[in-house]
Amino acid sequence: MSLMHASQTAARQASDSGRLMGWVITATLPGIVMLTWHFGWGVITNVLLAAVMGVGLETLVLRLRRRPVATTLSDNSALVTGILLGASLPPASPWWLLLVGMTMAIVVTKQLFGGLGHNPFNPAMAGYALLLVSFPVDMTQWAAPHGPFGAQAPGVIDTLAHVVGMTPQDAADTWTGATALDAFRNKPEMLMASEFWASSPLPEGTLAAWYSVSLAWLAGGLLLLYKRIIDWHIPVALIGSLIVAATLLYAIDPSHYGSPLFHLLGGATLFGAFFIATDPVSAATSRRGKLLYGAGIGLLIMVIRTTGAYPDAVAFAVLLMNFSVPFIDYYTQPRAYGHSRPRRGIKPKIDHDEESS
Amino acid sequence: MARDFDFPGGIHPPQRKQASAQEPLRQAPLPSRVVLPLKQHTGAPAEPCVIPGQRVRTGECIAIAQGMISANIHASISGEIRSLEEHAVPHPSGGKAPCLIIDGDGQDEWQRLPSLDWHQTDRDALVERLQQAGVVGLGGATFPTQIKTCSRDDHSIDTLIVNAAECEPYITADDLTLRTYAPDVVEGAGLMALLCGAKRIVIGIEDDKPEALAALEAHLHGTDIGNQVDVPIELTVISTRYPSGGEKQLVKRLLNREVPSRGLPIDVGVLCHNPGTLRAAIRAVRDGEPLVSRIITLTGAALHQPGNIEARLGTPMHALLAQAGWHEAAVSRLVMGGPLMGFELSQADLPVVKASNCLIAATTEELPAQPPEQPCIRCGACETACPAGLLPQQLYWHTRSHDHDKAELFNLFDCIECGACDFVCPSHIPLAQYFRAAKDSIRFRHHEARKAEHARHRFELRQARTEREAAEKEARRQARAAAVKRKSRDRSAGERHETTLDTSQATGGDDVKTLRIAQAAAKAAVRKAEKALARASETGDGDIEDLEVQLATAQENLKATESRLEAARGTQENAQ
Repeated sequence: MSLMHASQTAARQASDSGRLMGWVITATLPGIVMLTWHFGWGVITNVLLAAVMGVGLETLVLRLRRRPVATTLSDNSALVTGILLGASLPPASPWWLLLVGMTMAIVVTKQLFGGLGHNPFNPAMAGYALLLVSFPVDMTQWAAPHGPFGAQAPGVIDTLAHVVGMTPQDAADTWTGATALDAFRNKPEMLMASEFWASSPLPEGTLAAWYSVSLAWLAGGLLLLYKRIIDWHIPVALIGSLIVAATLLYAIDPSHYGSPLFHLLGGATLFGAFFIATDPVSAATSRRGKLLYGAGIGLLIMVIRTTGAYPDAVAFAVLLMNFSVPFIDYYTQPRAYGHSRPRRGIKPKIDHDEESS
Repeated sequence: MARDFDFPGGIHPPQRKQASAQEPLRQAPLPSRVVLPLKQHTGAPAEPCVIPGQRVRTGECIAIAQGMISANIHASISGEIRSLEEHAVPHPSGGKAPCLIIDGDGQDEWQRLPSLDWHQTDRDALVERLQQAGVVGLGGATFPTQIKTCSRDDHSIDTLIVNAAECEPYITADDLTLRTYAPDVVEGAGLMALLCGAKRIVIGIEDDKPEALAALEAHLHGTDIGNQVDVPIELTVISTRYPSGGEKQLVKRLLNREVPSRGLPIDVGVLCHNPGTLRAAIRAVRDGEPLVSRIITLTGAALHQPGNIEARLGTPMHALLAQAGWHEAAVSRLVMGGPLMGFELSQADLPVVKASNCLIAATTEELPAQPPEQPCIRCGACETACPAGLLPQQLYWHTRSHDHDKAELFNLFDCIECGACDFVCPSHIPLAQYFRAAKDSIRFRHHEARKAEHARHRFELRQARTEREAAEKEARRQARAAAVKRKSRDRSAGERHETTLDTSQATGGDDVKTLRIAQAAAKAAVRKAEKALARASETGDGDIEDLEVQLATAQENLKATESRLEAARGTQENAQ
């Protein structure tokens, strides 16, 4: 047992789970600020509410499981899950939507499987997927890009009223709209992509808003890479495979499919690449495995976006690849020192006794 | 000069070597009493050959090696044997072990072995001398040195590596050994190269030891080196990275050879020795001095005068620490070995043993207590650090759930327990400890399974023997019965020609056929057992005793079928 520890000696790496998660939270700030800048106060209410619910639910379950609350909460992972789910839900989501999502994430996906480190699925994305399947109407009403202070934008009071469910639906309709991906998916068949965009199907500035939000997530992701909180393997493989798939489709039929740039920046691709897919607990372990895992997510995102029923696909792609992690892990072990080749898969044990008798 | 082949992973912990490396080597004053554990080496404990009250001189053998892997223990001071008793020893378990205690007379009267000129002496005598002198690996593993040299008989060794990497933080014992006794170390390397038949010597040293390097270079460029050592010597400087001093890692870095899984460096024609061991070996041969002292690093922030000291084996640690000016109240942890692979001692009233390469009297600020263990988040930091190319996070997962088969599938037994994964783990999981425990329990389980199997084989032998005896008895009975029958038939031959058919007659033909098949099978089983035994005794692995039992069982079975067959044939003939 090592009596010396990296977390107790100076090192560039943050070397403590709590601090590690602290850096993840810091890295989400640019994305959250940019989301708020374009889509209003609803983003902040989402994130704050979800974070508080995350910590609350975690405390509750830890009490029930008779586990130490304070030390477990200090790993900040419930906070991270809340922030990530809050940032991915439509701004100013009603409280019950957040609560259902966070219960799925923290209670079912994480704690019922044994808590941090034992969950086979990404908690935030499991919560998101449940909500998307169960409440498609609420989940596809994204805020229009009016900003927090715009003339048409709802103020803080209006936002809070919507969160607690006191806004009539038609009032809310005035400041909600479709996301860029959603709009493009519902593009009439005969319309060329260029014609579609020329017809300005979305409120002014929607596409630019999505692009800048993506770039903000990228900035946060680069910070995580620089601090060595995450490895480059998953984001690079994910973005790479997505670009390759998008470019191929675009080259085949540019009138039907979105451009690679649109797929890269128009949705949650970069958010997913740096903040969701890199969740180490539910990702593949070895470096080679991480490359496969990331590439699989990128490919699935493109498949679901172009052929599936849902506008964006990060949650489903991540969950599907979570399923395949044990399989990937068995087949991507690195070559251990002293072995001529790496071990692949599980070989059935041959019982020599039975063989001879 | 710096060729860098590489092993994966590795870490750069703070070195903290300056404090002890600055001071020249000191000699510890003669202790007034020494405590010498009977087991200071890998293998079986030595058997005392002295009685309480007996006078011994320094260097006199007081306990004799037992069995293949063991080492002699010598009196490290002159005086009187006080007792043989249980005394606390430095061991991770913190327990007691039988020790010989000597009360010193302060004379330090020596009893040396005759000195040998190793160029002129034959190999067997040299190997015997190493055994006599109780030389073991002083890097910490304490494996009897002469056994390593004997491996020449089965393997061809081309390179002797002097492992002067000393990669673990704090420890500077090898550094000081080289700085002070470079000629001895080099000559020792020459001796070992001769014994194991190596064609060259490679000294591997990390670049954080400039003074040791300078001392070595000065000596190697000296004029008389050719007379001393017959094989070429290369000095290879490698960049500092933990655990370059791990045998397998060093072999990879210096020679780009990889020791096969579960193998030893000799499998790739390499033998590694630590500088301290080489010095002990040459002193045993050239000066006739058994291993009675070693160089030990005394360091840690709780010492006023950290440094290296040559101390007699059995010296109480607190005496050494007191000489180094320890501030006893400030010591939060007393560690033997390095901070990564060493272990914490519960007290200071423990003897210095052959394995004691370093004592760290650490303050709380220096080596704080291990923070509480948190869940593994599979971040992969351990994978990046692992010098054996393993996936510690997967091993942890499986060892924690006692899924040993899966753990073995993830190459648990290639773990060298270096602790690099512990060092980097953000959740403060003592991974190496988990792995060591899992290995122990797997070994234990295999051992138990083997024992049960052997017991079963012995039982089968006993059963086969009784069966064979019964079959033989039955055959004799049938033979007698047949003889009686024949006689009576002969007598009544004239009167009656038809005899009533015996029940066995109808099935007699079938019986013989079945028994002939059984006999052939038993013969095949004997041949198979013979082959297995021959193969095992040729290669040396496999349990010969157990195979002999199996062979005997097969032979008994064969005899039993043979006598049954004979009896059946007898009955058949009789019937016709």
